[in-house]
Amino acid sequence: MKKIESSLTNMTLVLTGVAVIMGAILAFVNDLTSGPIQEQKSKALADGIKTVLVCDDCIVTQTDTVRQTDAKGRELSFIVYKAADKDGKYIGTAVESTTMGFGGNLKVLVGFSADDNILGYTLLEHAETPGLGAKADKWFQKGEKGDIIGQNPSQPLTVSKDGGRIDAITASTITSRAFLLAVNNAYSAYKATPVDATTSATSHTQQ
Amino acid sequence: MNTISIIKNGIIKENPTFVLMLGMCPTLATTTSAINGMSMGLATMAVLICTNFVISCIKSITPDKVRIPVFIVVIAAFVTILQLVIKAYLPDIDAALGLFIPLIVVNCVILGRAEAFAAKQSPVASLFDGIGIGLGFTLGLTLLGICRELLGAGSIFGFTLLPETCNILLFILPPGAFITLGYLIAIVNKMRA
Repeated sequence: MKKIESSLTNMTLVLTGVAVIMGAILAFVNDLTSGPIQEQKSKALADGIKTVLVCDDCIVTQTDTVRQTDAKGRELSFIVYKAADKDGKYIGTAVESTTMGFGGNLKVLVGFSADDNILGYTLLEHAETPGLGAKADKWFQKGEKGDIIGQNPSQPLTVSKDGGRIDAITASTITSRAFLLAVNNAYSAYKATPVDATTSATSHTQQ
Repeated sequence: MNTISIIKNGIIKENPTFVLMLGMCPTLATTTSAINGMSMGLATMAVLICTNFVISCIKSITPDKVRIPVFIVVIAAFVTILQLVIKAYLPDIDAALGLFIPLIVVNCVILGRAEAFAAKQSPVASLFDGIGIGLGFTLGLTLLGICRELLGAGSIFGFTLLPETCNILLFILPPGAFITLGYLIAIVNKMRA
């Protein structure tokens, strides 16, 4: 088959045609996958809340958005999920906090128990180097080298290089700093959350 | 050329990693572990098979002067489809490779094969060339990933083989990629000679 000539009309027609067809295919695939992608995201969040609060059947009772300004005057936004078990007893609070990591945004979900200690954490979104900074998902867990579980961040957590007591991930100090900053920010957002009158009242009567 | 020889050509004679030396950026960046290297290789293979076939089908209606923009539009569309499908159904792979998937668009293995093979051969031959080159690329990346993971983290595909004191962190870092690739190319060339 002979190739068609490179005239202006032919070039415009073919390029436009290919772009339109590919655009249509993309729109179709996007339509097909947007549902499952949204599902994956909300499933990841629900699983994350269960992981960081160490409970299997807890229900989110209250969702708040907290806005704070950091040391450099930028506004940070946090999403705070309060969770209770199936009898309505307050278990803890999970806070979604984002900082700038080594490769991009580092979104962490941190769980705090009723007495303000860290119950657990999980990485919701990150762009850290695979094999290095990406190890943050395990490094700070219970029993690992940078264990932060059970700590109380009223004294901000810092890496040992900065005079703190947490061991940074080997060769990933920037990621470690970003991660601990996210945890500290999450804690201050958690402390700043308006206390739900009914929740605190029930916990008082139970004590 | 029959199909077997086209596939063999992609894996051995024109291996994209060790012989053609194409697509070095993802080769060096994603091979920090064997599984990451293999996933990247397979993702690239999926795109390569689709684009080679489609480009070969539309080659006669593509004017020469706009062939590169047309090829890139086709490649970008397939990469985006792959990214959406991975995000929707394979969240684990998305977490490991998310960042590198969109970069397949500018992987020169894909455009290189479109120019060198698909734009000249029949759609079926191009399909098999996609499989062959894709397998060659996957093999190269997996091999590189295995070497770097073993030397740098003491494990292969996540199974720990060496104690932590034997780990040489350098091999996980970017310089380790260049060093390992250099030695692997030397070994492959020696074997081919």
